[in-house]
Amino acid sequence: MPYPASMEESKRKVEETRKRRLEGGNFPRISGEEREVLVSKFHPDFVKETFRKLRIGPNKGGLAPVEITDLLEGNSRIDPDRIDLDKIDYDVDVLVIGCGGAGGSAALLAEENGSSVLISSKLRLGDANTIGAQAGTQACDRPNDSPAIHYLDTMGGGHYTNVPELVEALAKDSPDAIKWLEELGVNWDKEPDNSMHELSGGGASRRRLHSCKDYTGLEEMRVIRDEIRQRHMHGRKIDWLEFEPAIELLRDDKGQVAGAILMNLETKQMSIVRAGAVVMATGGMGRTHIQGFPTTNHYGATADGLVLAYRVGCPLVDIDTMQYHPTGAAFPPQILGFLVTEKVRTLGAELINRDGEQFVHPLEARDTEASAEIRECKERGKGVITPTGEVGVWLDSPMIDIKRGAGTIQREIPAMVRQFARFNIDIVTEPMLVYPTLHYQNGGIKINADAATPIPGLFAGGECEGGVHGRNRLIGNSTLDLFVFGRRAGRSAAKWAKEVKPGKLTLDHVRKWQSEIKDAGLEDMPVSPMILPNYARQERYVPGFQPLGQVSPYTPFGDRAVRWI
Amino acid sequence: MAEQSVKQQVKMLDIYIMGKRYQVPEGLTIQAALEYCGYNIIRGCGCRSGFCGACATIYNFTHDPTIRYALACQTVVEQNMVLTQIPFFPAAEALYNVADLQPKEKENKLLELYPDILTCFGCNNCTKTCPQDLKVLEYMAAAIRGDYEKVYEESFDCLLCGLCAARCPQGLQPYNIALAARRLRGTNLAPKSQHNLDRVKEIAKGKFDAELEKLKKMAVDELRKLYDGREIEPAL
Repeated sequence: MPYPASMEESKRKVEETRKRRLEGGNFPRISGEEREVLVSKFHPDFVKETFRKLRIGPNKGGLAPVEITDLLEGNSRIDPDRIDLDKIDYDVDVLVIGCGGAGGSAALLAEENGSSVLISSKLRLGDANTIGAQAGTQACDRPNDSPAIHYLDTMGGGHYTNVPELVEALAKDSPDAIKWLEELGVNWDKEPDNSMHELSGGGASRRRLHSCKDYTGLEEMRVIRDEIRQRHMHGRKIDWLEFEPAIELLRDDKGQVAGAILMNLETKQMSIVRAGAVVMATGGMGRTHIQGFPTTNHYGATADGLVLAYRVGCPLVDIDTMQYHPTGAAFPPQILGFLVTEKVRTLGAELINRDGEQFVHPLEARDTEASAEIRECKERGKGVITPTGEVGVWLDSPMIDIKRGAGTIQREIPAMVRQFARFNIDIVTEPMLVYPTLHYQNGGIKINADAATPIPGLFAGGECEGGVHGRNRLIGNSTLDLFVFGRRAGRSAAKWAKEVKPGKLTLDHVRKWQSEIKDAGLEDMPVSPMILPNYARQERYVPGFQPLGQVSPYTPFGDRAVRWI
Repeated sequence: MAEQSVKQQVKMLDIYIMGKRYQVPEGLTIQAALEYCGYNIIRGCGCRSGFCGACATIYNFTHDPTIRYALACQTVVEQNMVLTQIPFFPAAEALYNVADLQPKEKENKLLELYPDILTCFGCNNCTKTCPQDLKVLEYMAAAIRGDYEKVYEESFDCLLCGLCAARCPQGLQPYNIALAARRLRGTNLAPKSQHNLDRVKEIAKGKFDAELEKLKKMAVDELRKLYDGREIEPAL
């Protein structure tokens, strides 16, 4: 029996109410007004004491989660006076920092537009949150849909705080993004009549989610990565460095961003890259574990791009709002925070409390679902407590097969079935226990519709930029963002690099930053960018030894042996 | 102190990381166990969720020589486990341009790209190795037959961890062969969705521009009214 006896009783209640729920029809939708109240009362973005005002930099006076503020106010990893910028290791037109869906797309487009391209990847090429994206990519390509409807859904989902020009670009580029990926070899799910198989997603008023089973992001990423490799093998000017992240941007004497300093994580040696343009595509911040939340994010999601851009004076937008995915695994402890794809709810699974009662419509926007779960557990006390002290609510997956016929779960969400089976939970017959998990950075580096930042020579695409999603992102708009703004960034960077030549490289901005830190009395702030979390147990080190990665302050090894996955 | 309290609460297991013995609490994944032992992982860790194949691991037990395969982030440690990670394995990919892989009738593009697949003698090591439990040998057989659809279906959940290539006695690289087959299918064989192509054209012609301009200029209150009153298509 996979669930401990303490959870079995509640699980039985879920089973008992299935028939009644099926006959009772859908739980009512929440009104716009109720939603605002629910979210402002229970969403983690509204826990005031976990935010701090920035004391230096372009967003001075603005709020950010303390975990992000600590990094943004951090000290540089380098001493500018000990670096000889005349020794250039790589001289390219476009440097792309990060290689998930956005960085990969930017690199391909920059190369197609005549640039020589170098990619700096912190882990392997393609190790990114993209790979974990399961549910799909939104694109308004069905006859009853349109960019205007997609626009409205996205603006409403984002509480009308999104930048209109960016949402317009997102919606208008979306069908072409799908077409582009198919031409590269992505295998979209199709209907028998050859149309795209498209599902509904939370907050979307049309069926718009294009999927590749439940490995959508993996399929997109392995195709893009392979295309990069193939072009390189064909002798085209596209190359990459793995395990070699950027630790500081370079500027030139004309004030443009003109390259970066990279660090080889294995040998600890540095490389100096001179580039006509830089595309920031470093993804998100889940590994900072804001408010102690577990995360769905990959190992390298440490907000490095925010830090680097901030240090060259680039403003950030909506950096005080994060997305907590409503269905992170709360049990078993080995996969705490693990992403249970929204597709599970899209297909018909319902959120159920300890007593077997449904408490929210399964297809509300993510912030609404997450807030409803927190209310159910924290205010109403109707959560299920696990043996390790986590709390969660049931996600009743067996309802999918009940509603859609036996075999649907296995066919539509094989990855989920496999992941839970590894821990002896059969989601075809048993519900999963879930709770919100830190998932996505809604805001980020400020860009315009050309994916250009206010800093000359610096472009950004994907999760590290902000404005597209406002204060809440919809399902399937994240992977779409990668291919819309990743491609726009690549195109714009290539155009920029053609027109300008980098001048004399300088690190004066780092000197200036360090003196600002000193003036503000912040010398004791941590070194940033973080690069990797350090989950190694911090015990019995030889005195004086400095571990490389930033030690995660959210120690994974407390009384419970391990908390983060 | 923390270590002591952990030891009091849970059973400790002996595991061997690259032959060196450590003690870790029961219930950890291999990845968490490495970190518990003090390893600050650089290579061999990616999504931490079983989706990326970065943490491919080979193990057996002190008294059981049978080699087993796993993803470190998805597998719980057991007593006397002897493990090492294989975060990288060399494999030379064939050169191709995916748009040029349109197969003419009966033509097997996979055989052209990877003629060595004919040397496969069906030892089934690849299938035994796969941490995703894919039927690798079956899709290799399909690749030899030029059955792209079957390769696509059977290999779709591949994470490209590379373990199959690491254990193939003939030096084949099933995961790259499958990748080429899937790309070939997506680009050249999958049926085209006319509604998608039509919409791309409509957008290029500016069909929706006026409506979007109007929405972009709309005050939030008006936009909210539209949003709250919008018709929601029922889920499939």
